[in-house]
Amino acid sequence: MNWLTKLPPGLKSIFDKPDDGTDGDSLWVKCPKTGELVYRDDLEAASWVTPSGAHLRVGPDQRFRMMFDGGAYVEIAMPKSLKDPLKFKDDKRYVDRLKAAKVKTGREDCMAAAHGEIGGRRAVVLVQDFAFMGGSLGIAAGEGFIKAAETAVARRAALIVVASSGGARMQESSFALMQMPRTVLAIQDVKQAKLPYIVVLADPTSGGVLASYAMLGDVHLAEPGAVLAFTGPRVIEQTIREKLPEGFQRSEFLLERGMVDQVVDRRELTPTLGAILGMLMPASRRRSRAATPTEVEAQAAK
Amino acid sequence: MATPSTYLDFEKPLAELELKIAELQAAGGPAVEDDVARLREKAAKQLKDIYSHLNAWQKTQVARHPDRPHFMDYVDGLFDEFVELSGDRKYMNDNAILGGLARFRGRPVVVIGHEKGRDTQGRIKHNFGMARPEGYRKAVRLMELAGRFGLPVIALVDTSGAFPGKGGEERGQAEALARSIEACLMLDTPMVSVIVGEGGSGGAVALASGNKVLMLEHAVYSVISPEGAASILFHDSKRAKDTAEAMKITAQDLEKFRIVDLVVPEPMGGAHRDPKTAIARLGDAIETVLVPLVKLSPEELRTQRKERFYAIGREGLA
Repeated sequence: MNWLTKLPPGLKSIFDKPDDGTDGDSLWVKCPKTGELVYRDDLEAASWVTPSGAHLRVGPDQRFRMMFDGGAYVEIAMPKSLKDPLKFKDDKRYVDRLKAAKVKTGREDCMAAAHGEIGGRRAVVLVQDFAFMGGSLGIAAGEGFIKAAETAVARRAALIVVASSGGARMQESSFALMQMPRTVLAIQDVKQAKLPYIVVLADPTSGGVLASYAMLGDVHLAEPGAVLAFTGPRVIEQTIREKLPEGFQRSEFLLERGMVDQVVDRRELTPTLGAILGMLMPASRRRSRAATPTEVEAQAAK
Repeated sequence: MATPSTYLDFEKPLAELELKIAELQAAGGPAVEDDVARLREKAAKQLKDIYSHLNAWQKTQVARHPDRPHFMDYVDGLFDEFVELSGDRKYMNDNAILGGLARFRGRPVVVIGHEKGRDTQGRIKHNFGMARPEGYRKAVRLMELAGRFGLPVIALVDTSGAFPGKGGEERGQAEALARSIEACLMLDTPMVSVIVGEGGSGGAVALASGNKVLMLEHAVYSVISPEGAASILFHDSKRAKDTAEAMKITAQDLEKFRIVDLVVPEPMGGAHRDPKTAIARLGDAIETVLVPLVKLSPEELRTQRKERFYAIGREGLA
């Protein structure tokens, strides 16, 4: 789960960019596929898919706006959790890395969750923000996952996880590793409540994240061209001493290999999710208004 | 106590002493007896000095020692009537993970674990204990069998990680690991996992999500190998010693974090110096934790696992 080595070199640079995958606040954004400059507002309107079909990375806020009916949702507060249990330091102190990521994204860690409706069905959406330390899975992310799953059960809502992560967060070492069984446990409660658990695989999803909750969905949808790997291509190439074929470990490859149900264009994601939830879940008796977080807490306490 | 086939770099002074003892003994005669006794005493003290203060990187080397007991040694030493069960019924039989039915102190169980192989041929056959998806799918199959027949599962973990190959990726390595974690956690019967040597990353946790997780005194358990972490964090795999320390991968650290429930002491000088004692001690430790679990219902067992893993990072940390 050495998440950084597992990324192709081109992807590494994205660590230093804002979560919309662009170079800053300029009005124009360069398409990574063709080099074409695209007007930012046009991109926003196109769910951050360039005219050539490249799916740029998007953060939680944009995801929530795109995915929930009418763009209406209530964000779920992420629980407080233990920080830096090992007092870890490499070139920099881990607490400083956390501070920098917080400044960059405005969040405490990589997980953000909200509830609302998709296609008229209750849903909790959990988004893993790649801009926050590569979306890496540590204690805070694990606790966020558990919270989202518990909220889904309490609200009788589907759990939809948009995964995007380099894998386990090395700075938390074994505590990061323990998030694999912890998140898998959280999913079991959703499954036992007979609520759908759907994974949307966004670029990239790898290591311990792919090898735990991201591969246990009732349905797996992948965004086009996403790198989805347990071991990254570079490490495999070093191991077997040969070049991997074009498209190896991309969404389309996983579809062909039977690990993904569909590769879905982001602009079709919401209707696809709506159709799936519509068939897997009964219609709500009344059109529920968006509940406040306090109502969620009250329901959870029952 | 046998002298090992391989001395680790920090054991050099000890190697010299033990070589001298062997030379003297070969020379023979009553004149050397006193010298041998004196040197033996010195060697024993030396061994104790070294092994009482092993750092994380030294422990990593001990955990990887070629003479360290492996899965089949534990099977031979702790289980009767071992009936190996092979294959995932989907694609192939992966010899990096072995398993089967066996009696543990009279009680029928399912035993599963990584086997690294002893000699060159064995290491190739068992792929150095690095399993492909099929190994984990075999483990899931055996856990399901255990659940259906009410048998406890004993899992012995000893792997540097799942195999980072092309075929494994093509056949869903990640999915196989995730399903294996899920199978451990949802099992109807007790599961005791033991990190006996190396506990490498997802490939280890896939068999280490049991009701109790034990660890041998000098075993290591980590999210990534020290070399891997060093090459990522410092762009220099030679700084493995530093990262091993920083990542807190020893049994003693992990027991403090409550990631591990019990540390099983090894004979002085490590399990490889006295495999028989090491194996017997592990047997006693497994029995101690297994007996109370056998009384629990499937529901209670699942609840215990959930509470155990949810508590990690939430409770008991100063």
